[in-house]
Amino acid sequence: MTLDAAVLLWGVASLLGTAVLAIALSRTPDSGTRLVYGLTLGISAAALLVLVSRILEDPITPSTAVLPVGLPWIGAHFRLDALSTFFLVVINFGGAMASLYGLGYGSHEPSPHRVLPFFPAFLAGMNLVVLADDAFTFLLSWEFMSLSSWALVIVHHREKDNARAGYIYLVMASFGTLALLLAFGLLSGSGGNYTFEAMRTAGPTPLVATFVLALMLLGAGSKAGLVPLHVWLPLAHPAAPSHVSALMSGVMTKVAVYGFIRVIFDLLGEPTWWSSVIVLFFGGLTAVLGILYALMENDLKRLLAYSTIENIGVIFVSLGLALAFKANAMPSAAALALTAALFHVLNHSFFKSLLFFGAGAVLTATGERDMEKLGGLIHRMPLTSFVFLVGCVAISSLPPFNGFVSEWLAFQAVLQSPDLPQWGLKVMVPAVGGLLALSAALAAACFVKAFGITFLGRPRTSAVEHAHEADRYSLAAMLILAALCLLAGILPGFVIDGLSPVTLSLIGSRMPVQMAQPWLSIVPIAESRSSYNGLLVFVFIAISASAAAYVIHRFASHALRRGPAWGCGFADTVPGSQYTGVSFAQPIRRVFGTFVFRATERVEMPAPGETGPARFNLEIHDVIWETLYLPIGKALDFATDHLNHLQFLTIRRYLTLVFLFLIVLLLVLALWP
Amino acid sequence: MALILELAVQGTQMMLVLLLAPLLTGFVRKVKARLLRRQGPPLVQPYRDLLRLMRKEVVLADNASWLFRVIPYLIFAATWVAAALIPTFATGLKFSWTADLIAIVALLGSARFFLALAAMDVGTSFGGIGASREVMIASLAEPAMLLIVFSLALVAGATQLSTVAAFMGSPQVGLRVSLGMSLIALVIVAIAENARVPVDNPATHLELTMIHEAMVLEYSGRHLAMIDFAAFLKLLLYVSLISCVFVPWGLATAGAGPWTYVLGVIFYICKLAASGVLLALFETAIAKMRVFRVPDFLGAALMLALLGTLLLFVSRSL
Repeated sequence: MTLDAAVLLWGVASLLGTAVLAIALSRTPDSGTRLVYGLTLGISAAALLVLVSRILEDPITPSTAVLPVGLPWIGAHFRLDALSTFFLVVINFGGAMASLYGLGYGSHEPSPHRVLPFFPAFLAGMNLVVLADDAFTFLLSWEFMSLSSWALVIVHHREKDNARAGYIYLVMASFGTLALLLAFGLLSGSGGNYTFEAMRTAGPTPLVATFVLALMLLGAGSKAGLVPLHVWLPLAHPAAPSHVSALMSGVMTKVAVYGFIRVIFDLLGEPTWWSSVIVLFFGGLTAVLGILYALMENDLKRLLAYSTIENIGVIFVSLGLALAFKANAMPSAAALALTAALFHVLNHSFFKSLLFFGAGAVLTATGERDMEKLGGLIHRMPLTSFVFLVGCVAISSLPPFNGFVSEWLAFQAVLQSPDLPQWGLKVMVPAVGGLLALSAALAAACFVKAFGITFLGRPRTSAVEHAHEADRYSLAAMLILAALCLLAGILPGFVIDGLSPVTLSLIGSRMPVQMAQPWLSIVPIAESRSSYNGLLVFVFIAISASAAAYVIHRFASHALRRGPAWGCGFADTVPGSQYTGVSFAQPIRRVFGTFVFRATERVEMPAPGETGPARFNLEIHDVIWETLYLPIGKALDFATDHLNHLQFLTIRRYLTLVFLFLIVLLLVLALWP
Repeated sequence: MALILELAVQGTQMMLVLLLAPLLTGFVRKVKARLLRRQGPPLVQPYRDLLRLMRKEVVLADNASWLFRVIPYLIFAATWVAAALIPTFATGLKFSWTADLIAIVALLGSARFFLALAAMDVGTSFGGIGASREVMIASLAEPAMLLIVFSLALVAGATQLSTVAAFMGSPQVGLRVSLGMSLIALVIVAIAENARVPVDNPATHLELTMIHEAMVLEYSGRHLAMIDFAAFLKLLLYVSLISCVFVPWGLATAGAGPWTYVLGVIFYICKLAASGVLLALFETAIAKMRVFRVPDFLGAALMLALLGTLLLFVSRSL
């Protein structure tokens, strides 16, 4: 048991070894692809086995390891506790599925030598972040993870926009790491003890805790995709190969969530109540804006990336609730909210990986990511469309799938909050509950659009006509994930009980033992009279649907005739006359978009008698990019232009500058209290 | 023995909603016709329509997929399960704890999700127009509905509908402003969700104004029967929901004698009749809105529900 951390470190080492091997194999791409993905699949599966046996036996007792690498007088500390065990399960399961998918998908890769070395390195980096137990190792692994994923983002750097995506990702990632560096600097204090153990016992002052919270929201938030730091995410995630997109969206954002939980819930000690208001505010904002952006999007992978932002918002709302309850000494409610957040982390890693895999299968089959050029794929790719549909239903948080369970837990947590004493929270929580409900409803709309435009209807271009079903490895990965989406939805009690060590170690309380409930129902807190039973809902729906189908086919007509579509008598033979993604989003754009996106529609009709076509112009603004990032970029340009003069001074002036700066520094030192 | 009785009551409830649903729609149509001084179709017309549709052959569009043929049964099943979980004549049914109010709302959300997909399957522009408008309405109605659920749950202490109904029937509930707001919001949501005037017109034949009808335009025969049946059930569900929460009198409790059950059924039918008349009166008195006025209408419901919830949060400490 105590050797678990060491075993996992060997796993990381073998992932790094695989990365080196991949460089050596770059001359034989075909066998290299199989070998590398086979190895990563094996290593991830073995790590998963270790972790699951750990959860079943004793997840609470931490397992530690110290390696004599890193800074000479510190060494690298690693620790495996309940929280990191859970996140390692998410990472290694996501890694195993992406590797399985990559076994098939990777053979379509035009430049495998650019992908293969970085894929295992990326997995190793994510594992290391979660294992790290001192600030130096954490930051080093974080940066390693960022850089290896950056290398994967710019694999196809010659394609349009990918180089820009890589550049923006690099800038935002560096900015995030800088914020984390400062946060850990503050936490370690003037003593400079970089181990998490020392930070945990130090107990920062309220002022320091405030700064750490702000810096963590900047650092972990930018990696997770919190609005307004999300701008890189919808560019970078879709640019990578699809299985890497799945890892970045489904898993890497979760590593960021891990960083946030580790620092805020574990290292920072007792939270203040208003820190939860900040987290709730950004969570709610992220959830609604993320899904509204997704609704306006017509690029399938970018739509999925925006939807990741929404889900991160949902997770942060639950985390904010957990903070509020923890600050007010309501442990059972805090455990409920934290469980909701962690459950959603797991769920999102399932369905977002599934959806990105599906998008990758569509991309391989048709060469298109633009939904406006797809359509009717359900006839060409029946299995892919079925699993994609499962993912869509799950992510829209509809019962009996898993997305609904975490949503339900989050709503139950909201319902625990009227007892919170602070007025700020009393106003904030119901508003955020409303935002959560709004984002769930918009998510359903968004995924009706994603599935309906891509897979249903008639083919819009010839690209669809030659589409073929995905290969068996990809299908296997997607089928496993779809089955897990259903299983976690109908048997949520197992997951909730599996999460209890995490809430016990972070909050000191847990949700009631779900396995003890009759009929495998789940209940939010012990004294509550609310319950939900996904299994029975699923069984009831299955029984009544099959009963209805049986009765109808037994007693009513069987007759069926195929004919042209009715369409109220309009025989529109042109597939272009179908509803498109833009037109599908039009009603919602008119309701929300005029405010959020400053969307304007203009119809230009030709004068009577003229034969020219009428034109419809749609203008949408990315308000956050235009009001926040462009001014910053302009200010930087301006500053660099004007500071440029400093490069061409004479030696006398340089010496004067150095002397003046020295005086300023001395003055500061003299005046410092 | 007790188990058999409980199962029997649960079974009765499932059959009762199935049997009464077309009648309620027929009744509303009849009252509306009488208010317009028309004779109107007989009360049993919806049953006849269903039977006739089931006997007819299905005409399927050439490019309709398997999903198109499965969805009617899914919609029917989800709506039926949701309707069976609402206390109609008795609370504390055997399986009432299976799903709380949040889950019932989400079950209806599933039904709508699939209906919108079915509308897009054939690839006609009418399907798209119906689906896009339906999701727009849902994106406002569903949050409003969940906020109403929050209000009810905060008052009653649980999201379980049986508990809510039992609490609302007890004297502790009193008069509360937030409950009044929830009632108004719930009525607005119910009107929108059931595609009634002023949001949608269930009797329209003008394609461009249709929402629900535009989505099911390609359906025929037994498939259409299933979808129509689901629509009847949904109307009954919302009427039962409103009456069990806001008019909870006459609900039999678990373990009561058979006479209270009979009485409960009689009360329930009276409540259905009363709400049918009210709905018909409202629909006759009001004109249909333009589609882009609907967000204002539903926004009012959303704001009322939010205000109700906020009041409850704030008044907890007073």
